Amino acid sequence: MNGYKFLKNPWVGPFLALLVLLLLFSFLSPDTFARSANLTTMLRQTAVLAIASVGMTLVMVQGGIDLSVGSVVAITTVVVARALRADLGLGEVVVLGVATGAIAGLVNGLLVNLLNITPFIVTLGTMSVLRGAAKGLANEQKIDANPRGLDAWMAPVQQGEPWLFPAGVWLAMILAALAALFLAYTRWGRHVVAVGSNADNARLCGISVERVRLLVYVLAGLCAGIAGVLEFSTLTVGDPTDSVGLELEVIAAVVIGGGSLAGGQGSVAGALLGAFLLTTIKTGCTHVGVPNWVQEIVTGVIIVVAMGVDRLRQKLR
Amino acid sequence: MASPRLVVEAVSRAFGPTQALAAVSLTVQAGEVHALLGENGAGKSTLMAIVSGAERADAGQLELDGVPYQPQNPGEARALGVHMVHQEPHLCADLTVAENLFLGSEPVRYGWVRRQSLLAQARQALWRVTSASNPIDPATLVSKLSPSQRQLVAIARALAQPNCRLLILDEPTASLSQADVAALFRAIREVSQAGVSVIYISHFLEEVGQIAMSYTVLRDGVNVATGDIAETSPKELIQKMAGRKLGDIFAHTERQPGPLALRVTDLCGEKLPKGASLELFRGEILGISGLLGAGRSELLRGIFGLTEVRSGDVLVGAFKGGVSPKTQIGKVHRSATPAQRLAQGLGLLSEDRKQEGISQKLSVAENLTLSRLSALGAFGYVSSRRQLAVVADWIARLGIVCQGPLQRASELSGGNQQKVAFARLLYHNVDVLLLDEPTRGIDVRSRGEIYRLMDAAAREGKAVLMVSSYLPELLGVCDRIQVMRHGKLGEARRASALNEHDLLAEAMLNS
Repeated sequence: MNGYKFLKNPWVGPFLALLVLLLLFSFLSPDTFARSANLTTMLRQTAVLAIASVGMTLVMVQGGIDLSVGSVVAITTVVVARALRADLGLGEVVVLGVATGAIAGLVNGLLVNLLNITPFIVTLGTMSVLRGAAKGLANEQKIDANPRGLDAWMAPVQQGEPWLFPAGVWLAMILAALAALFLAYTRWGRHVVAVGSNADNARLCGISVERVRLLVYVLAGLCAGIAGVLEFSTLTVGDPTDSVGLELEVIAAVVIGGGSLAGGQGSVAGALLGAFLLTTIKTGCTHVGVPNWVQEIVTGVIIVVAMGVDRLRQKLR
Repeated sequence: MASPRLVVEAVSRAFGPTQALAAVSLTVQAGEVHALLGENGAGKSTLMAIVSGAERADAGQLELDGVPYQPQNPGEARALGVHMVHQEPHLCADLTVAENLFLGSEPVRYGWVRRQSLLAQARQALWRVTSASNPIDPATLVSKLSPSQRQLVAIARALAQPNCRLLILDEPTASLSQADVAALFRAIREVSQAGVSVIYISHFLEEVGQIAMSYTVLRDGVNVATGDIAETSPKELIQKMAGRKLGDIFAHTERQPGPLALRVTDLCGEKLPKGASLELFRGEILGISGLLGAGRSELLRGIFGLTEVRSGDVLVGAFKGGVSPKTQIGKVHRSATPAQRLAQGLGLLSEDRKQEGISQKLSVAENLTLSRLSALGAFGYVSSRRQLAVVADWIARLGIVCQGPLQRASELSGGNQQKVAFARLLYHNVDVLLLDEPTRGIDVRSRGEIYRLMDAAAREGKAVLMVSSYLPELLGVCDRIQVMRHGKLGEARRASALNEHDLLAEAMLNS
């Protein structure tokens, strides 16, 4: 392994961009941005996006896309809120929330398989369906519920506690590590890459493309469900209008991290860096006092620049 | 006596009104290498699709080692030991060579892929088919392999299957170099001695004579001949395939060499070519021979402006074609865009017909007129009435077999697609035709027609520059030939004074 080879890793680009931005904001706002408390705050703010990005990475590596992720997160917060109000046990509430996401993913996967419609269209449909369902389930208003400790999953760590980050951040990291190992080292994981790379060939080699597809949509739904539970922990209300446009941020995170809309490429580590990069831009701009509209422009520019850098990298190899 | 490996008994298959196969029979013994011959559209692909499980027969029986055999899909055929390697192999570009070799049958422990054992198995599988001059590392990504290496990986994958009884190779050598062909033939002989049967589809009859023991010829979905290769000459085989007397399919009428059309001086690209020079005159066909990787395609693409030119000159003669000449006589254009080259009267026929030469999703008419829509109406308007009239004319003139100008190009046979691509150059009325492997993968009859078109173009005073790996074709249709070696062109020599041995020797040996 020489230094040159190291540069060919897909996550190197976003990593360097992240480093540059962190240094830049630390320089511009040394008193507030460059503090460990701020760093953990940013990690907390990234957790939901990061977990959703892990699921999206699997879907995109397989060659699909999931536009319904924002709606899944929203309906999950509503389900969790209603379950808490119905006095279900905390464990049951969490399972119900995560299951909501998994079922949504299952429906996405089944529709893509059975109707043979492109995932973009299928999930565009379920995005709208689930958003509407969330609003119906919540009677078009936010649902307050006693979080019964669920809020602690995303709350800042108290003084003197040893675990550095709240549970939600750890959960995101563990999920990401599992997904990365799954993708790189297991037979199913390699089959996901194979299908995204060349579905016809995978089918020829006896791989059930439909099963692989179903698997990634269910896993992505599962991730979106977990993200939804954490979103509720953050908000402590069930909000059917939450996370509109989240899917675009999630896709951006995956793409910044080296993912390709054509499938076959993408890495969990890259997606995490991409997600953290997006949070860094938001937080940093706020700290420096840059207005919201500039933040949006900066985010867009970063996405396109990341793509350009990726093309250059591909040329190098 | 043991039953044959494969028996195909009176198999028929129709696609709509077209009878692709009509009661075709075929027998392959264990350990036999059997050549399946025929023009494109003769039914070879359909027959092999049925044997490999991708299609089902309407009528007839199949038997594998004496047992009735009716694969419902390719997976079932593979499970029974029947493996097909396609002309353009399906591989997963984002996986490594080793992962591709054992995709679907990876060594695993509790669902985790065992990498070391996978790599070791892959090395063994590759060793069988690769030559020392073209080694393949099992840990590289397939996206980084050359087309010939991909072909070898696909073949290695089929041979690596422990149950492989019948191997079907569709044009396996189309993209291979001489050394790789030798290695492949060694591997085929080895597995056939071990009892594996091989069905070998190829348009290279010389090769078929070297590797196959027996043959079957299909024409229009019917068996026309079967027998021992040793007793049949390539010329007889061509006759059987085409079903008519073909004394010489290479058209070469009297041509008058005219003024200079193109002069290339010391052209260097990013990697290839490395200082190539040539002079091309009107009224002649100049052939470029050489091994794969010598830089022949890169030369054409550099001239046409598809790839970057680092140094050297391209001098284009005056353009007298249908588009108004924008360039001065004798002006030097080192690098230019394809649009500029077209305006200067150059046209390129790509070697990659499927991806680049033809837009598969567009109609015959759109493909044919794409480079010169401006002639079909004023102010950016494209008159579909004029387009259809023009295209119908070209379809008739070139004998393109299609339902009409509006048929999708992807529905045409390879030979007819190539004729559409060729017609695009003629419609554009280019003066210099740069043809990269113009007859690759197309049937004998279409080949003959492409040769006639080239001959007619040269006779009209156009200049033709042809790159080809098929030596008889170069010798048959060209006036002069230059051999390319390591990015440089050798001296131009008269084709009539050369033979295959001369060309191979110049391409392969140190002078």
